[in-house]
Amino acid sequence: MTTLTIHRAGPAMTVQDLGREGYLSIGLPRGGAADRKALCESAALLGQSPDHAVIEMAGMGGVFSVSQPTLISLTGAPMRATVDDRVLTWNASHLLLPDNRLTIGPALSGVYGYIGFGGGIATAPVMGSRSTHLTCGIGALIENGTALPLGPDRNADRVGMILPTDNRFEGGTIRYINGPQTGLFDEATRARFTQTEFTRDPAANRQGVKLNAAGSGFATADQLNILSDAIQPGDIQMTGDGVPFVLLPECQTVGGYPRIGTVIPQDIPKVAQTAAGAKIQFTCITREEALSSYQSPAGLTRDLAALCKPLIRDPAQMADLLSYQLISGMITGWDA
Amino acid sequence: MRDPRSTLVDVTQTPDIFAFGLDAALVRFDTTMSDKANRAALAFAAYLRDSHTPFHEVSSTLASVTVRFDPLKTPFEEVEALLREALISRDWGASALPSDRKLWRVPTVYGDDFGPQLTEAADLAGLSITNAIDALSTTRVRVLTIGFAPGLPYLGSLPPEWDIPRQTTLTPRVPAGALVVAIRQFVLFANASPTGWRWIAQTAVPLFDPARSPASLFSPGDEVEFFALPASRFDEVSTAPNGGATWEAAE
Repeated sequence: MTTLTIHRAGPAMTVQDLGREGYLSIGLPRGGAADRKALCESAALLGQSPDHAVIEMAGMGGVFSVSQPTLISLTGAPMRATVDDRVLTWNASHLLLPDNRLTIGPALSGVYGYIGFGGGIATAPVMGSRSTHLTCGIGALIENGTALPLGPDRNADRVGMILPTDNRFEGGTIRYINGPQTGLFDEATRARFTQTEFTRDPAANRQGVKLNAAGSGFATADQLNILSDAIQPGDIQMTGDGVPFVLLPECQTVGGYPRIGTVIPQDIPKVAQTAAGAKIQFTCITREEALSSYQSPAGLTRDLAALCKPLIRDPAQMADLLSYQLISGMITGWDA
Repeated sequence: MRDPRSTLVDVTQTPDIFAFGLDAALVRFDTTMSDKANRAALAFAAYLRDSHTPFHEVSSTLASVTVRFDPLKTPFEEVEALLREALISRDWGASALPSDRKLWRVPTVYGDDFGPQLTEAADLAGLSITNAIDALSTTRVRVLTIGFAPGLPYLGSLPPEWDIPRQTTLTPRVPAGALVVAIRQFVLFANASPTGWRWIAQTAVPLFDPARSPASLFSPGDEVEFFALPASRFDEVSTAPNGGATWEAAE
């Protein structure tokens, strides 16, 4: 079995997958990766399903090594990644060898960076998922010296792929659809909401992000006397003073503050990846428009896999490869 | 106008159905809490779980039901039609509750250090401490919903005199197992938490354990009696399985 060792861990590093479904009735939210698209990108680069667990790094990376040659992917918020002083391309897959030290620095833009592994992280699932969910007492933060098992890699010859990057790390326009409580907000408030430029507050975590704007808040008529009801990731919830929070995968299952609508699943990664201080604006679209670009994680992974291109082969790495007698025809993923 | 398909229910009175994100629908039985709306939500959710539907998850809150589906396979219009048909098939507010419910008896220490705000809550309810403990410890309450934290139940309804307001300020911290009261409901905390409700008693029940199956001790619809235990016996129940709570099938 291959072991991944995390020699140094940033302050908010966890194991994540697509989360655990089916427990809303006992108050356990889905959880899972803040940026589900990054999991699909990882899966596409590694040639596996998006169900595999990855390392999520909030804001800051760490230092990693593996006990066997292992394919890794680097996706999500771009971070400076190096192996023995060679810079690794982000949004790409690479071969990591046992005497390599992978060093990942702070996010250059965005918030959540991800390292995927051929075969995935193979910790024991809890309630159907490997996702750490700290507020629910499931799993734990990764600390310096943590060792994690990796699953068998069935695509070990697939090294050095790269995906085109999209820009979901700088804020921008977020699409949402109306929901069960949209009608509680009058038309003028709804119009003002889509005309307002918001700044992401420093207060943000895997439960949600707070958004600030000049001017008055976005309250409803009877804001504090609304019966608590089901809430879900993507909901744009107005707190007591009318300040919006966009809820993320670890949001509670029930909430009492009114929600003006729900960010579409395709744009939740963009909300999660908007760094403090970056600007966000909302646009309300129809359900039909939202569905026209909606994909399941498996569907998105298939489409992304078709966009993967080989990274340029780097002759400087041939010596390393030959010394490990890997599968013939393997190319390296390092680039200078 | 009556829907010709319905012989039981006036459809103008049937609940609203909303699209809720791309992959869920929400059925709202009421916009205020009532026993009838909660019964309807519990019964309707149980019916959908036991029926053949395209829903991969059904959950209920105080007065609503959420269903999740794959929007790439099932159009919302189909979900809406299916829910509408199920809604008009009977009067859900008058329906029997699910049959597989449990009646829990939870040992509970009331007042003093185990419930520092019992006196205040009893005053607001217009009862003496003794009468308050009698009322609270003998009322059989229902798990109205589970939320806020995993395994954390909202329980009700208490007699009308317990329609006491929340506090205007938060109590910074009550411990795991704390029983708090407001608006004719109890909340029993799974973990140490701030609260705006008044802390009246203490239990030792482990409400949520991801390593246990089922992970949540209670299920929505279960009934609970928080019977009074002398403070001297709290240590004893603390080390007992399930914090000394026992159950039998609810009638």
